[in-house]
Amino acid sequence: MRRRQIKILEEKFFVFLSAFMTYSLIVVLAFIILVIFVKGFNALNLDMILKTPEGGYYYGGEGGVLNAIMGSLYIAFGATLIAIFIGMPAALYINVQLIRYRRTQNTIRFFLDALWGIPSIVYGAFGFTLMLFFGMNASLLAGTITVALLISPIMVRTFDEVLSTIPKGLHEATLALGFTRTETAFKVMLKQGFSGFITAILLSFGRGIGDAASVLFTAGYTDNIPVNLDEPAATLPLAIFFQLGSPIPEVRERAFASAVILTVIILIISLGARYLSKRYSRTNLK
Amino acid sequence: MFIAEENTIPASTGFSDSPENLAKHIVRIKHLNVHAGEHHILKNVDLEIPRNKITVLLGPSGCGKTTLLKCMNKLTDLYRELEVSGNIFIEKDDILNTTTNIASIRQKMGLLSQRPYPLPVSIYKNVSYGLKLKGVRDRKLIDFSVEKHLREVGLWEEVKNRLNAPATSLSIGQQQRLCLARGLAVKPSIILADEPTSALDPISSKIIENLFKDLKKHYTIILVTHVLRQAIRLADHAIFMIDGEIIEQGDPEELFKNPQTEGLRAYLVDGN
Repeated sequence: MRRRQIKILEEKFFVFLSAFMTYSLIVVLAFIILVIFVKGFNALNLDMILKTPEGGYYYGGEGGVLNAIMGSLYIAFGATLIAIFIGMPAALYINVQLIRYRRTQNTIRFFLDALWGIPSIVYGAFGFTLMLFFGMNASLLAGTITVALLISPIMVRTFDEVLSTIPKGLHEATLALGFTRTETAFKVMLKQGFSGFITAILLSFGRGIGDAASVLFTAGYTDNIPVNLDEPAATLPLAIFFQLGSPIPEVRERAFASAVILTVIILIISLGARYLSKRYSRTNLK
Repeated sequence: MFIAEENTIPASTGFSDSPENLAKHIVRIKHLNVHAGEHHILKNVDLEIPRNKITVLLGPSGCGKTTLLKCMNKLTDLYRELEVSGNIFIEKDDILNTTTNIASIRQKMGLLSQRPYPLPVSIYKNVSYGLKLKGVRDRKLIDFSVEKHLREVGLWEEVKNRLNAPATSLSIGQQQRLCLARGLAVKPSIILADEPTSALDPISSKIIENLFKDLKKHYTIILVTHVLRQAIRLADHAIFMIDGEIIEQGDPEELFKNPQTEGLRAYLVDGN
């Protein structure tokens, strides 16, 4: 009887603990967003998203952070695209061609996990070294390549995780139908994993658009919207960083407004991705 | 041509290459051994599978039935730890020692797994995919074939108005029949069925069993099952395995009434 009561208490405690942790996390996240909104609300206006900085912007003058919005979008989209082209074949190779070689699969996964864990400033320093080696200046291209390097391991591992959840039986069923491994990879695995890939892409995009350290040395900073790949590009994380360091309260408020813009961009992309993910998972084998 | 000239049966295998034997047996396995490291999974398996009959592979879990089935369409290639040696003749072609394209060997054998694995596309595309892989592009021919094979598995009336719906919207039993139709569409000679009713309810299981009885007129069916009653209901030829070895094989009635080995006797007592 006593043992049974202990079991019931144990169960209640762990349910409470799990629920408490879950809701605490949501509360903390909500609090962060609330603080950003409250602190940046006064500075939020259409000029912030429609104008580039005008003379004296960083001393409280007119203008907005359109340069940083566009720079961030260019870099994040470009880097995500490059990382997809790197990540997709790599993940398919690990899961389809190397299916018989578990030790090789695990070794590759170990290195990818290690790459994932490397701080982004290291990628920034590497990108900077690479930039100097090729005689390039801080530019949109250099920033995009560095962010692509940063998010590629994330992309490969998340694609890999998606593919590894696809039942082996489906793989066998397609081979039994006469598919080659390449046909299995491109005609079945990609389709089956599509909704998961969207989440993986979003995760990588979010990391790319929000990272400041990797673009600090490589993308540079400018008040203009870059029109060429060899021009420097401003990014939202750096815009936040520079504005937040200002002694002028109005400029610091704009830093929070810029953070709101960054959060909203990520929110829009999250919602879009969830919609697409849901839409394309209809045909998936559960 | 599927049967390669150089792959005719060598005399050393001990198989009869006579037209009568070839007409009678579609699969002949000789000295088949499968190792996974130290573990000897299949031990010197010799057997002949009669054409257009249901051959049931029976035995306790882990006795090597599924491995034997996977050897027949070379899905063992997916498992690096498996070392396969010996001869497996499908018609005249030794698939373990052939240069014939592996995809065309596999297309000779439809596979039905323990649980259905429909492709992540529509019902229609599930059946038509195999045809497209074989190079069929004529839309009318594909439509005809889709209908024919869905009728063959008794699914047409249930799905004819929703061919573009995802295959996963079907019930598990329907999905299993869809997978059978998908396999039949690539015109196999053999259907490999690995406990195909184990995830199904009794009604769906009965439908699959009845289908097998009809399909054996045109196909050779090799069925792995744990269910003794199912084996008794379906088998034209039964093979009983224990621990990677074939203990007894032959006419099911004879086998189940007069087991010659203690292993089969014990299995029959427990199974009943």
